Amino acid sequence: MIVVNTETIPGHVIKEVRGLVQGNTVRAKHAGRDIAASFKNLVGGEIKGYTELLTEARRQALERMLAQAQQLGANAVVNVRFTTGAITTGAAELYAYGTAVVIE
Amino acid sequence: MDIQSLLSVAPVVVLLVLGYTVGRYREHRHIASIERRERAMGDIGVANLRTIADPDSVAQTLLVCGEAVIASDYFKTFISGLKKIIGGGMPAYESMVMRGRREALLRLLDAARAVGAHEVWNVRFEMPNIGGIQQQAGAVMVEVLAYGTAVVRRK
Repeated sequence: MIVVNTETIPGHVIKEVRGLVQGNTVRAKHAGRDIAASFKNLVGGEIKGYTELLTEARRQALERMLAQAQQLGANAVVNVRFTTGAITTGAAELYAYGTAVVIE
Repeated sequence: MDIQSLLSVAPVVVLLVLGYTVGRYREHRHIASIERRERAMGDIGVANLRTIADPDSVAQTLLVCGEAVIASDYFKTFISGLKKIIGGGMPAYESMVMRGRREALLRLLDAARAVGAHEVWNVRFEMPNIGGIQQQAGAVMVEVLAYGTAVVRRK
C-alpha cells in the first residue's frame, strides 16, 4: 500500500477512485506521564511521554485509515491529511483521512 | 514584610529562579541541537508544494511523520501570564512553538533519511491537542505533528 499526502503518485496512474477513507483515535491522559509532564512545566523542554503518545495516536489513526482502504480493495491512499478535534477538556481526537485509489 | 509573608512567596521565587536558570539552559541546548541537526539534514530538500517536480525520476514515495511535544517552563509561563494583562507579543511562547515545529520537522527528516529519501514534498504542520487536560490544569505546552511525502529518486 502506497500512502502519500500528494494528489498524485509519480510513476503511477490512478485507475480508479475508491472513495474517502478515514481513521481516528481519541486518547486520554495517562497518570504516569502526567507526573513527568508537570515536572517539565517547571523546567521546560520536551515531554517525551507526550511525544510518544502523539506518535502512537498518529500510527493508530493511520492504521485504521489503511484498514478501510484495504477493505475497499485499494492499493494506495493519496492526499492524506491529519486534523484534530477537541472532544472534551480531557480528551482529544487525532483524525487521518485520504482518498483510497487503485493505481497501476 | 514579616517572616510569614516572606515564607509564603518563597516557593514561587524558587520556582521562578529554577524555571529561569534551568529552563533557559535547556532551551539554549535544545536550539543548539536543532541547529546542528538542521545543518546535517541540509542535503534533503523540503517543500510544501503539492506537486512533485520531475516525476519521471521518482523511484518511491512514502508518507513520513514527525512529532514533538515541548513544554514551557515556570518562568516563561509566569511572565507570559503577566503579558496577557498588558497585551503585546509573547516572544517566550514564540520560541517554544518554533522549537516544537523545528524538532518535529527534524524527526520527519530522520524518517525520510531512514528510507533513503532525497526530498520531502507537501510538508504540513498540525498542532493536535492530545494532552488536552494538561492545558486545563494550567500547563503550557505545544504539540506538533509534521507530515509530508518522502521521495526517493532513481540514481
